[in-house]
Amino acid sequence: MIREKPQSFNTVALKERLTIPRQSMPEQDPFIRSTNFFEVNLGLTPEQAVIEAQRCIECKKPTCMDGCPVNIKIPDFIQLICKKDFLGAAEKIMEDNSLPAVCGRVCPQETQCEEVCLVGKRFEPVAIGRLERFVADYAMENGNGSVKETQIPQPSGQKVAIVGSGPAGLAVASDLIKEGHEVTVFEALHEFGGVLVYGIPEFRLPKTILRQEVANLEAKGVKFIKNFIVGRTMTIQELMEEEGYDSVFLGLGAGLPRFMNIPGENLNGVYSANEFLTRSNLMRGYEFPEWDTPLYRAKHAIIVGGGNTAMDAVRTAKRLGAEKASIVYRRSEEEMPARNEEIHHAKEEGVEFLNLVNPIEFIGDDQGNVVAAKCLRMELGEPDDSGRRRPIPMEGSEFIMVVDMVVIAVGNGSNPLISQTNPEIETNKWGNIVADADGRTSMDAVFAGGDIVSGGATVILAMGAGRKSAAAINEYLKSKVGSSA
Amino acid sequence: MYKIISADFIAPNVKSFIIEAPLIAKKRKAGQFIILRVHDKGERIPITIADSSAEEGWINIIVQGLGKTSAHLNTLEAGEHLQDLVGPLGLPTHIENWGTLVCISGGVGTAEALPIAAAGKAAGNRVISIIGARNQDLIIAESQMAEVVDEVRISTDDGSAGRKGLVTDVLQDLINEGLKPDMIVAIGPLPMMAAVSNQTRDMEIPTMVSLNAIMVDGTGMCGACRATVGGKTVFVCVEGPEFDGHLVDFKELGMRQKMYKKQEEESHKCFLEKQMKKIKAEAMLEEV
Ligand SMILES: Cc1cc2nc3c(=O)[nH]c(=O)nc-3n(C[C@H](O)[C@H](O)[C@H](O)COP(=O)(O)OP(=O)(O)OC[C@H]3O[C@@H](n4cnc5c(N)ncnc54)[C@H](O)[C@@H]3O)c2cc1C
Ligand code: FES
Repeated sequence: MIREKPQSFNTVALKERLTIPRQSMPEQDPFIRSTNFFEVNLGLTPEQAVIEAQRCIECKKPTCMDGCPVNIKIPDFIQLICKKDFLGAAEKIMEDNSLPAVCGRVCPQETQCEEVCLVGKRFEPVAIGRLERFVADYAMENGNGSVKETQIPQPSGQKVAIVGSGPAGLAVASDLIKEGHEVTVFEALHEFGGVLVYGIPEFRLPKTILRQEVANLEAKGVKFIKNFIVGRTMTIQELMEEEGYDSVFLGLGAGLPRFMNIPGENLNGVYSANEFLTRSNLMRGYEFPEWDTPLYRAKHAIIVGGGNTAMDAVRTAKRLGAEKASIVYRRSEEEMPARNEEIHHAKEEGVEFLNLVNPIEFIGDDQGNVVAAKCLRMELGEPDDSGRRRPIPMEGSEFIMVVDMVVIAVGNGSNPLISQTNPEIETNKWGNIVADADGRTSMDAVFAGGDIVSGGATVILAMGAGRKSAAAINEYLKSKVGSSA
Repeated sequence: MYKIISADFIAPNVKSFIIEAPLIAKKRKAGQFIILRVHDKGERIPITIADSSAEEGWINIIVQGLGKTSAHLNTLEAGEHLQDLVGPLGLPTHIENWGTLVCISGGVGTAEALPIAAAGKAAGNRVISIIGARNQDLIIAESQMAEVVDEVRISTDDGSAGRKGLVTDVLQDLINEGLKPDMIVAIGPLPMMAAVSNQTRDMEIPTMVSLNAIMVDGTGMCGACRATVGGKTVFVCVEGPEFDGHLVDFKELGMRQKMYKKQEEESHKCFLEKQMKKIKAEAMLEEV
């Protein structure tokens, strides 16, 4: 596809642009922030945003766009920032991304848009993520998020049920409400946002952002129903046959914590990352006893794993007052799937990294509380299926660590609740729902997307999958009208 | 918000609530539970559904005021609301015509055993209920139980009602009298379920217990509710709450239930202090 280059508003000469340093984002002091739950990053100032935008060299072929899973028109929004039209820039992003304030904060830009930024080949890449965050926040503060007064669409008379309020579900809601359909989001928990509210901590993604996004969708007419478990409170069939929904989207998320199946995993003080983070984030355990939900405050916590979830858990443990909070990861730092920024922030906050270490047993006292972890040291062998070098235990390397809390963050399987009640929805051997590129499942009128299809992935991919499904659902509904007319 | 239609104490510290919940009432089967939050800073706690009416759109729960949340819950009255309520959760009790079914229950467990006893009876079983309590005042739902089963036997620790002793003593009595149970369902405090399971293991009588694990979401997302059954880890909220009592690791579950004992005491103390202040303030206002 030939793209027209956006009009340039960059006033800096091309050669000079490369001499501008990448603008660093102000953040809370590491020592202070490791004792509070306020957001770590404070966002670029408008002046910084313009300077950062001016670092863009306006490539003929903008590789950054290809690097973005939803192909945000990055060159266009960067030029609008140069023009200081921040609301216009936000609007441009929202053509492709319904949750920019979220993605600007949590996307792994270093492996997406910024990885392929040409400036980054010789210098540091343009800070696309920081710019995205800046304009999204600016729009939220100055344009109430819903940048442009959207016209109220002609009601289609058709109803869509969205199951799950994570990024996938929210993206579908946002797209389908614009088409005039009646859209209802059903959520099992008592707050909306999926992993964004129960998993990702306040210090990385403030809950107010999600509440604002949900309020914006509500204002556009999306209905939100909490405390409603599809499959238990009502089945998919009942939603369609009794409640008159014409189509159902399943954005159930991964949501089934994996354990390691080693002795001592059910000791007190051993958590799944999901439980630990849910108690802290959704239930606000860090404000116990002001909030009712209790949570361990460990002296020495170890977190097993190397993904974003592990980083979130270890930094939470630190903030809850742990003298020592350590990552235990069986490969080396190079293989860690977590975002660079999270690893960097964790280190700044005093988190210890025990790489090439794997626990094989947790040891408890007579009350059933975990008191130690038995571990092995590992070395890296040949690459495995994932392309990463396989960790191999080193003989005779066993050692014991004194710990009083363990968080297992080794990934999630898929929640079996829906497939239990709807065997006609095809799943693969990992329990993920099988769906085509547009989200169609093996059940008529039922679509699915996000982690429940892909397995644990990212916010942007879940959102992108939601948008594709929304388009397919819209087509499906139109054809339904066509064929019944 | 979920409206409380009625709230009445049925024993010291034990309150029965009828709550407006038409969708849950329509779906709910014996053995299932709900998760609720009392207020907007509250924790999520699971409670078994004791009864429900699909026609009238309500569910009934029986709450013993033990910790902060249940104590707070028991201060609520008809007309007030719960912050959150979700369900029905867990798998329904598997009911069939086994022949002779003995339902053993203790404490508020009797309210939970009641729908199972009724369903067992409806399936054609001869049903005998054994109810245990510390003393006469703490026995609940005896008359409702008597209405649905063939026979009710009582045991109390102090002998103030029925046989002095434990439910296991009553079960032994029945067996000595020649009863041959085909199935046993035990619901109540963990030590009671453990004792019954131990007793019936050697006798090779199938025994089903309902595990009251600590929970958070109740959908299988967190694993807070895990227990060991037959050497394997299970998530009680989605795979249970009922399991083969002969396979359950009661010792581990007992320790897991005490995981937050210290924090719970702290939280309960905070709550009681606040309640005291409120009562004192009200008393002062009355004086004025
Ligand atoms: C701790 C943590 C940190 C992460 N950090 C990052 C990061 O930095 N960057 C990034 O890009 N990605 C990150 N991820 C991954 C990302 O959050 C997920 O890929 C994304 O949220 C998936 O979106 P989803 O909409 O598919 O599902 P989810 O966000 O999981 O939402 C699913 C929702 O559906 C609800 N639900 C499930 N079943 C039912 C039912 N039967 N009825 C009603 N409701 C139901 C659930 O309660 C949940 O709210 C992280 C994940 C975790 C756990
Ligand atoms: S309560 Fe969270 S998985 Fe059972």
